[in-house]
Amino acid sequence: MTAVSEQIGVWLEAFTKQPKAEPWIQQLRDAAFARFAELGFPTTHDEEWRFTNVAPIARARFEVGPRQVLPSVPEDAQEFLAKHARFDKNPFVALNTAFFNGVHFTRVPRGTVLEQPIEVSFTARQGMALPHRTLIVVGAQAQCTIVETYQGTGSYFTNAVTEIVVGEGAVVDHYKIQEESREAFHIETVHATLGRSANFTSYSISIGGALVRNDANVTLSEGTEATLSGLYVVNGRQHVDNHTEIDHAKPHGTSHELYKGILDGKASAVFNGRIIVRKDAQKTDSKQTNKNLVLSDDAVIDTKPELQILADDVRCTHGATIGQLDAESLFYLQSRGIGKNEARDVLTYAFAQDIIDRVKVPALKDHLEKVLFEKFHERPE
Amino acid sequence: MALIEIKDLHAKVGEREILKGIDLAVNSGEVHAIMGPNGSGKSTLAQVLAGRELYHVTAGEVLYDGKDLLAMSPEDRAREGVFLAFQYPVEIPGVSNMYFLKAALNTVRKHQGLPDLDAMDFLNLVREKMKLMDMEQTLLNRPVNTGFSGGEKKRNEIFQMAVLEPRLAILDETDSGLDIDALRVVANGVNALRSPERSMIVVTHYQRLLNYIVPDFVHVLSDGRIVKSGGKELALQLEESGYAGLGIEDEEEAVGKR
Repeated sequence: MTAVSEQIGVWLEAFTKQPKAEPWIQQLRDAAFARFAELGFPTTHDEEWRFTNVAPIARARFEVGPRQVLPSVPEDAQEFLAKHARFDKNPFVALNTAFFNGVHFTRVPRGTVLEQPIEVSFTARQGMALPHRTLIVVGAQAQCTIVETYQGTGSYFTNAVTEIVVGEGAVVDHYKIQEESREAFHIETVHATLGRSANFTSYSISIGGALVRNDANVTLSEGTEATLSGLYVVNGRQHVDNHTEIDHAKPHGTSHELYKGILDGKASAVFNGRIIVRKDAQKTDSKQTNKNLVLSDDAVIDTKPELQILADDVRCTHGATIGQLDAESLFYLQSRGIGKNEARDVLTYAFAQDIIDRVKVPALKDHLEKVLFEKFHERPE
Repeated sequence: MALIEIKDLHAKVGEREILKGIDLAVNSGEVHAIMGPNGSGKSTLAQVLAGRELYHVTAGEVLYDGKDLLAMSPEDRAREGVFLAFQYPVEIPGVSNMYFLKAALNTVRKHQGLPDLDAMDFLNLVREKMKLMDMEQTLLNRPVNTGFSGGEKKRNEIFQMAVLEPRLAILDETDSGLDIDALRVVANGVNALRSPERSMIVVTHYQRLLNYIVPDFVHVLSDGRIVKSGGKELALQLEESGYAGLGIEDEEEAVGKR
């Protein structure tokens, strides 16, 4: 596999040119790069990447940016950084860990209730490889909302990792709004480690990007409640892959997952929902649903539940559907004077409605409503 | 001149021919009842007139206000004033009744060269029409027909008709699934909309509805053709003798007798 080593060679060169960071970070980077060099870019022979071919990313040449010297990372991040989103299995997490250049680090003290969302916004430019790194540590009984947004212009490569550590009894809402440029590569792993009786809600909305992979992983503790909502809307030749992993590590955890996809044109999407129920995670209650609306003959969806249940007293359900717009509903709207295209948009939006309704930040909800209607309106070839 | 003139209309679904040559002319202000047993093609006729793509017109023509109705899209027919009250109104979760109605009304108004109704005027209009149909205003905020009872769905159809004020209303089995009280409300709503400028085609299996919505003409449809036409007394005659009295086999009655 000379191709692979050549591909890594470019990154090795960039890595060796990288100014040294403070020792604990440098150690982390060295270990991560070593691991990346071992793993290489995944291929479709790798089960985790079966439906997502990242060869275009491996082949492309990017400028690793931003190139300034790493600003110092607060000491108290050391306890958490790279402890949750682990780089031993995922080459992109390894690559991010080898190259991240600054950490968006927020700590919400114990018992604090933040009224305003923590906003983490990334705007990318042509030709860049962007190893964004975010770490949010929420103290026990604290409450906050995190809004992570991705935008940009041109062709570039976002390779982000977000770690969220949620303390006992804390309540956290996390929104990831992916509106990258239509030529962009976007890979991100979000890992949330949830404390006892914590309540965590995740929203992953994927609208942009040419080639996108979202990994959303949560580890639950005792009595933890996790809700994962996702929406992916693809057209043209977009490809969006959503992998989620819900790890019930302790008893009495509850997880609800609903991911919905809208596919048009020659687009493709993947949903892979892994649920792990560990041996002592008795009384786990887990529900997973994936629904897809396919608007064209050429769009492709691969959906797969992956349940690993090692405990015996649990309730786990899962289901997936793939459907089209209902011809009768379309005719009903048209028969009242609503044009065919508008009727189609309205019904398509209606399909996504329950996900949008769950969004609790009003400005974000309005924004999503607007961009979704714009996207439905595109009507690609 | 007739508002709608149907000439030798043939239509198929798949390979099966359902309409085998319908001729019918309805003048402005007239109410025509189309009666017939199950499978005679009544609902097909209603759906073909509204533009349902499922049915393929193989021959004949339909002139609506002098224009070629069959060449128009379903939405253009609606904008030109054709309204179909569905036999089975469709539930559309995720689309609110309010949004739906406002979008429909404003498209029709735009087509007529009228400005959009503002929120206040729209609400006033809707309130007035809901009162006519004895409907709860909360239904407006619910998704279209979703979780509505059979009666509520049928009322909602006539309510939409009252808001959109069509020139030609086609009522497809509007009486089916209604108890007598709901039937009265629906019929009152329909009667309130009768006017010299509005024509109606009332499709029904049973004569019952025609006690409340009294037609000017009655046509009996059998096997895709109109086999008999007459005044309102024809409906009463059918009530007494059944379709068999006209020598027409009614699947439903035949099953009932077995």
